[in-house]
Amino acid sequence: MFIYNSAIEKIIALENNIFLLKAHCPEIASTIQPGQFLNIKVSETTFPLLRRPFSVCDVEGDSIFIMFNILGEGTKLLQKKHIGDTLNIIGPLGNGFSLGGNFETAVIVAGGLGSAPFPYFIKKLNMDKKIACFVGGKSEHDVIQYGMRNVKVSTDDGSLGFKGNVVELLQQELSSYEYSKIKIFGCGPTAMLRSLREFTIKNNIECEVSTECAMACGFGICMGCPTESAKQNDKYLLVCKDGPVFNVKDVVI
Amino acid sequence: MNSVDLTVKIGSLTLTNPILLASGTVGYGNEIAEFIDLNKIGGIVTKSLSLKPRKGNPPQRIVETPSGMLNAIGLQNVGVEEFLKEKIPFLKQYDVPLICNIAASSIEEYVECTRLLTTEDFIKAFEINVSCPNVKEGGLQFGNNPIAVGIITQKVKAVTNKPVIVKLSPNVSYISEFAKVVKDNGGDAVSAINTLVGTSFNINTRKPKIHNVFGGLSGPAIKPIALAKVLEIKQKVDIPIIGIGGIMNWKDVVEFMIVGASAVQIGTLNFIDPTASIKMIPEVEQYCLENNITQISELTGSYSSQK
Ligand SMILES: Cc1cc2nc3c(=O)[nH]c(=O)nc-3n(C[C@H](O)[C@H](O)[C@H](O)COP(=O)(O)OP(=O)(O)OC[C@H]3O[C@@H](n4cnc5c(N)ncnc54)[C@H](O)[C@@H]3O)c2cc1C
Ligand SMILES: Cc1cc2nc3c(=O)[nH]c(=O)nc-3n(C[C@H](O)[C@H](O)[C@H](O)COP(=O)(O)O)c2cc1C
Ligand code: FES
Repeated sequence: MFIYNSAIEKIIALENNIFLLKAHCPEIASTIQPGQFLNIKVSETTFPLLRRPFSVCDVEGDSIFIMFNILGEGTKLLQKKHIGDTLNIIGPLGNGFSLGGNFETAVIVAGGLGSAPFPYFIKKLNMDKKIACFVGGKSEHDVIQYGMRNVKVSTDDGSLGFKGNVVELLQQELSSYEYSKIKIFGCGPTAMLRSLREFTIKNNIECEVSTECAMACGFGICMGCPTESAKQNDKYLLVCKDGPVFNVKDVVI
Repeated sequence: MNSVDLTVKIGSLTLTNPILLASGTVGYGNEIAEFIDLNKIGGIVTKSLSLKPRKGNPPQRIVETPSGMLNAIGLQNVGVEEFLKEKIPFLKQYDVPLICNIAASSIEEYVECTRLLTTEDFIKAFEINVSCPNVKEGGLQFGNNPIAVGIITQKVKAVTNKPVIVKLSPNVSYISEFAKVVKDNGGDAVSAINTLVGTSFNINTRKPKIHNVFGGLSGPAIKPIALAKVLEIKQKVDIPIIGIGGIMNWKDVVEFMIVGASAVQIGTLNFIDPTASIKMIPEVEQYCLENNITQISELTGSYSSQK
């Protein structure tokens, strides 16, 4: 990890208020792993003061991509940036998804912006692995299929695909798989990750999830990002350093 | 070319320059060492240590506020024993003064921590945190009580020959009263300030944004308050002061020294730019050159009272 000034190369508006930002950063592009993240200073002033964390969404040559939606002041400023503006980025940060392993099929489960880390994940996954994606949202506007393959969709309101949440869809569809030959990779809202954890532990399915927490530093010096450990009662794990990707069995969600 | 002597003395502690890294904003040094050469910094203050490890508060622990942040970490730390075994060896690779910050929930615990840590030669001084706003016992309970601060200073001094710096709370009416108590009880210096008590609510859910409800405010938002506290101490008590609060650049360092600080600590800024502390050293030196200052301590308390 280090600090880099990166020039913005492109900001692409996908549908529904979702943006892709491409920045030139060879140092990070050549080392970052899917599921790792970047901590970005979105302004040169004290507004906002702290950096904002974003998962790496994709890598192309010397460039990195992040995917974001406009949530508050930080992301609003990010969306208004111009080509050629520099972004101050710390990265790569945290632990990514494990790409290897004995599984035959990588089953991706994403809710809302939880799709963000998967385009790069899919790109980096070994050619011999099969991929199945389950993508959910509140309504069709929240379903992000960018960079996904072999997708099945769910919406809470039934406006697109299966009516219900994405873990319900997963349970219904997984019957055609042999549980020992799949591994699930999840990212999305806490409620989704919680039911995914319950389901995968009950059925003894390998599963890794990418979690979120408010962060100040992003690299382990502020102790601001604790998450409850499933193995040690007397100690928290840090999302930025021990995660953000965890084996579901290691954390309490 | 003229040169500037950047060395400062805090009691018997000599620092090669006045810029230190503040407690709770550098962990135990290993992560920030990936960004900066720790040999160059004036000193490192560890995350507050307690006798036994502390788990800290549940999330959410931090939230951003205008030009600042609130934190309620709750003194998560590895405890004295693991610190000595697992954390110090890494720091020993560097030639940098290490100041151990101690936070305890009883007077006996402060003394016991100091007694255990003082045998380690690499530790050059102690900073006694009597001012953490984020834990139920200890912390502010002591920081608000001059008698307790006096007893802690005296008892800690009794078990170590190393300089003892007491870190004061700004959440009191007259911070100089506390600085005086520290001096009267043999303390070598004070550091000021720790964070200010604050809170922040979500207007839609009407719930507090941090789990602990109250947190400690830090960052540029608190700089004017910190400067005023340092000046108040400087005007009332003859004791070395380490200035802390909202430092974002070399100008802030100079400003703290002008109002009375002998040295300063960089806190929240480490999260935003972990390299900033090191970059300020030559900039402060340049300021001294331009202002014909040959020994940096000439700056300390050099404010002009003319209106
Ligand atoms: C490891 C990690 C990866 C992420 N990846 C992405 C991504 O790929 N795309 C994306 O759009 N967003 C991602 N996020 C969330 C993203 O950081 C927030 O959307 C962003 O910080 C919002 O900033 P803002 O100023 O617009 O919003 P504001 O709401 O104004 O932010 C205010 C504060 O709230 C904090 N905050 C924001 N989100 C959360 C949260 N979920 N839980 C607790 N505190 C929070 C922020 O850090 C900030 O300090 C990720 C977060 C983490 C921790
Ligand atoms: C996340 C965080 C954790 C902190 N932890 C400690 C601590 O353990 N002990 C302590 O004495 N001060 C602690 N502080 C206070 C800082 O050392 C410093 O006094 C304060 O943040 C003001 O300086 P700043 O505005 O430059 O950050 C902490 C501050 C922050 C932001
Ligand atoms: S964000 Fe600072 S320790 Fe994790």
